[in-house]
Amino acid sequence: MSKVMVVTSGKGGVGKTTSSAALGAALAQAGQNVVLVDFDVGLRNLDLILGAERRVVFDLVNVVQGDAKLPQALIRDKRVETLHLLPASQTRDKDALTPEGVERVIGELRERFDWIVCDSPAGIEKGATLAMRHADLAVVVANPEVSSVRDSDRIIGMLDSKTRRAEAGEKMEKHLLLTRYDAGRASRGEMMKVEDVLEILAIPLLGVVSESPDVLTASNLGFPVTLHNPAAPAARAYSVAAKKLLGEEVRAEPAAKRGLMSRLFGRRAAA
Amino acid sequence: MPLPLQALRNSPPPIVHVRGRSFMALALAPEPPLAAWFVELDEHLAGAAGLFTNRPMVVDLSLAAAEGRDAVLILLDGLESRGFRIIGLEGASPGLLEHTHWERLPTQLYGREAPTPVNAAPPRIGGELIEGPVRSGQSVVCEAGDVTIVGAVASGAEVIAGGSIHIYGALRGRAIAGIREGAQARIFCSRMEAEMVGVDRLYRTAENWGAQLHGRAVQVRSDRGALRISALD
Repeated sequence: MSKVMVVTSGKGGVGKTTSSAALGAALAQAGQNVVLVDFDVGLRNLDLILGAERRVVFDLVNVVQGDAKLPQALIRDKRVETLHLLPASQTRDKDALTPEGVERVIGELRERFDWIVCDSPAGIEKGATLAMRHADLAVVVANPEVSSVRDSDRIIGMLDSKTRRAEAGEKMEKHLLLTRYDAGRASRGEMMKVEDVLEILAIPLLGVVSESPDVLTASNLGFPVTLHNPAAPAARAYSVAAKKLLGEEVRAEPAAKRGLMSRLFGRRAAA
Repeated sequence: MPLPLQALRNSPPPIVHVRGRSFMALALAPEPPLAAWFVELDEHLAGAAGLFTNRPMVVDLSLAAAEGRDAVLILLDGLESRGFRIIGLEGASPGLLEHTHWERLPTQLYGREAPTPVNAAPPRIGGELIEGPVRSGQSVVCEAGDVTIVGAVASGAEVIAGGSIHIYGALRGRAIAGIREGAQARIFCSRMEAEMVGVDRLYRTAENWGAQLHGRAVQVRSDRGALRISALD
């Protein structure tokens, strides 16, 4: 049974693409057959984060418009065999996507993959609505700050009204992924707390990814963070999130920084 | 050249006054197959005899236009024969009604879009009950009566009611009560974090009420021409 999952947020720069790549890679590492679909036509990024930018020949727009066959456009990851990318076009814009074409491509992908992860562009316009249109479940990425949370709230409203499932009167499964979280700053009141965000958005929490230099390092090297440094806290948060998506019971890891004891003993051990 | 102020003051008062007024009109969007649609319409009418006679009506032809010009003409005659007063048409392509007596009807209509249904609860008599949060960007409009919301109203969302508004949750967006009922309407919410509240043409934004009300259960009402916000707890 294939699942179409949209990773969306409304606001830009909150970590949609990073999260798509990390979750997709983690699902693939768990043995699932995964395709990452970059819906950000015109501003494609997912190929860079997967280190596949020099292997792109055909893209989503070519397949949607019927200029290329799906297998010609799919790029298989060199590190995880079951991870694939359907890249976006950098030279076209979102108007090149048609609802009928997207529906056909999603249908074809459903026959080949267990998970179809759609990386949504920012905004609430055509690109974002097409990315969420056929989703079975949604991961809403938000940062702990008011503008991101309000935009996510708007996107949740659209997920509940503009998607196929919503129009058919079915329930749309939604999960919150809180990224760039800093427990220290949250406890000092400089940042929204996890509970504050959950209270406003009122959807189940999939995971909390702490602000971490590992994420940027991995992206710049063309690695999803879960592949580059699986032991990093951010990578672990994504792996746990992927396990939750697969229906495994996992205890959420606390997002807290190292405690006093671990700091003391950690330093002594290093000395 | 701009007129000197003195000349403006001395000019006679204008005789023609152009004013904007809004009216309520019903909107119908007939869907093909039209025969079946008329059967359903007649069933509705039989259940509400007289409710629709002489009501102004705007007909949205965007769906029916696909059936062709003749079908549209039969449709409009059919509506008129049932007592509807058609005052405007929407969704008709320019040439569709050429050389018919429908041609003179306005086709450029400006109005507020019908509110998007939130969690699609069927409208209840005299009011509406909304389950679950009202999300940013959503708008709940119920001109018929009270609106009750079980859940929060997000920042950037709005609730507009003909009567009172009851929110069992945090109000973080806008709430406007009393569109029909006027000064008697009130707003109740179990947690006040609103951006704006209004009752009967009076409104206030968040910067106009004190921090001591923030986060508390409050009621908002119109009291002798002033908006009064008071804590309930």
